[in-house]
Amino acid sequence: MADESPSRRLTYREALREGLREALQNDPKVFLMGEDVGRYGGCYAVTKSLLAEFGEERIRDTPLSESAFVGAGIGAALGGMRPIVEIMTVNFSLLALDQIVNNAATLCHMSGGQCPVPVVIRMATGAGRQLAAQHSHSLEGWYAHIPGLRIVAPATLEDARGMLGAALRCPDPVLIFEHIALLNVEGELPERAVQVDIDHAAIRRPGRDITVLTYGASLSKCLEAAAQLSAQGIELEVVDLRTLRPLDDALIVESVRRTHRALIVDEGWRSGSLSAEIGMRIVEQAFFDLDAPIARVCTAEVPIPYPRHLEEAALPSVAQIVAAAAGLVAHES
Amino acid sequence: MSGVTEGPDVSREHALHLLGQMLRIRQFEDRCAQLYTQQKIRGFLHLYNGEEAVAVGVMQALEPRDALVATYREHGHALARGVPMDALMAEMYGKRTGSSGGRGGSMHVFDVSKRFYGGNAIVGGGLPLAVGLALAEKLDKRGGIAACFFGEGAVAEGEFHESLNLASLWRLPVLFICENNLYAMGTALARSEAVTDIRAKAAAYSLTAHAIDGMDVLAVESAARRAVDAIRRGDGPQFLECKTYRLRAHSMFDAQLYRDKAEVEEWRKRGPLITFTTRCKAAGLIAEADFLQLESAANAEVDAAVAFAERSDWEPVEQLERFVYAEHRA
Repeated sequence: MADESPSRRLTYREALREGLREALQNDPKVFLMGEDVGRYGGCYAVTKSLLAEFGEERIRDTPLSESAFVGAGIGAALGGMRPIVEIMTVNFSLLALDQIVNNAATLCHMSGGQCPVPVVIRMATGAGRQLAAQHSHSLEGWYAHIPGLRIVAPATLEDARGMLGAALRCPDPVLIFEHIALLNVEGELPERAVQVDIDHAAIRRPGRDITVLTYGASLSKCLEAAAQLSAQGIELEVVDLRTLRPLDDALIVESVRRTHRALIVDEGWRSGSLSAEIGMRIVEQAFFDLDAPIARVCTAEVPIPYPRHLEEAALPSVAQIVAAAAGLVAHES
Repeated sequence: MSGVTEGPDVSREHALHLLGQMLRIRQFEDRCAQLYTQQKIRGFLHLYNGEEAVAVGVMQALEPRDALVATYREHGHALARGVPMDALMAEMYGKRTGSSGGRGGSMHVFDVSKRFYGGNAIVGGGLPLAVGLALAEKLDKRGGIAACFFGEGAVAEGEFHESLNLASLWRLPVLFICENNLYAMGTALARSEAVTDIRAKAAAYSLTAHAIDGMDVLAVESAARRAVDAIRRGDGPQFLECKTYRLRAHSMFDAQLYRDKAEVEEWRKRGPLITFTTRCKAAGLIAEADFLQLESAANAEVDAAVAFAERSDWEPVEQLERFVYAEHRA
């Protein structure tokens, strides 16, 4: 966009913090709670300095009671507040599944529309830091299975800052998945906050040959693969899904109809996955537009191992994406 | 001391009110059981017979601004809170005029106009919600409290312990009401808990906790009033363990193989309706004619509610996917 306002260099982590600060400044009903968000400054330092700025009432350190504080966020939302709940990582969100799946996702429908649940639940996700199997899950696709939830995954600095505000403007429960591998990524952001939506996917790089559908930390890998392939004359169109539920079918299908080829890159496992869902939607809506079978690059079906070489082998890589894309154009229709 | 010779410390008007409320619940539940056998009501149906004094007693202490969370055995709480019986019965039928638009059924009664937030069918799942509703009251400085009903089975869940700790740590305005009816479905308390003193568990989280006779509506009311006063004074969350008994089966599928008929009969003699009526009559507060009048009024209300449910419409199938997400975006 032609934004004339001055810009600054920030990290993804700082962009997340900016989003939080803006949300807390804009609405007195917004508060943040979670493990180590206050005194410690956030496990990943995202919430650093917010306690000093906003005080104990609005920046609330919680006990290690995921079910209670996520449920309390849902209850506070029912009670008219706009809570932001931080779960330290997606791995620990499994301890709050009852509240997320049985309450946040159902109360609006089950009450005949009387009880919308405007809670925002943020959590770190993903692998890549040698944290082994219990700290490396990518389960956002799992959550995207659940009607009643909205699932978003900011892959850019702009979304890291802006998606929180969009989530707070939404009356539904929104889960924000912030990939740990992105926290130190730097970029330019305008000084002034820019509103983003959480309804649409975005084409991050246009291209004529293959539609690459991805999100989160895999986006940068896809863009790198696109740059490499461009040198060989293969042009990837890289789509950042941004919102994993509800999926932006219109953009996905429109892009595939133009390129006639689709590659899905997802750090989740492939069995019963978001990538499977996207592939099937393409089959249902654009089958006769395809010139090649849909391809996928996903994480190997193992609990993520600790040693670097094994972890790297398990996760989607630029080389795998390049190879999969090259395979697609080699496929003669 | 015998309850028959000791006159209840209550006005005639209030005695009639309490008895009338308990009778409404009893008659509603008995009719639901009949309607279930006629397959008018389907799914799971959990009836509150025997426990009426808990909901009715506690409700006397609450104000319209207070929020409530209950369990899947919540018809009594809804009625005592003022959820219209018509809408409640229509919800049993699954009709669109039901309190939850028919989408919840017996286990999921909601009425936001009464601040009645369900109807939660996961044991223990409502406690964190009540903590959050109380947190909203505190942060928004509105002065209301949250009241949370749950059974003794919930005490075995992690959410019970997490919620009591969090409420106590943050000194939130929550009234926790444990309806200890001795059986978690078919599992007796002593078969599932190493420590069966529930009051002591709550006290371990530094909550003021009392165990009371949940079959005595006046005992429940006075304990609830003291607890609510303490919460509004800023003394933090309070806990009541109401010792009660479920006179009917856990649900309509329950053959009750886990308890003796003699035990049920023994508790039936201690039922909240019969004991309160006996006490009030002995004290000359109410006469048999009063009882009969209340009973017939409750009956007429149930008849009207059934008629309302019967003539109400079903939600059109085209509306199936409504309310999955909120219909009004900010």
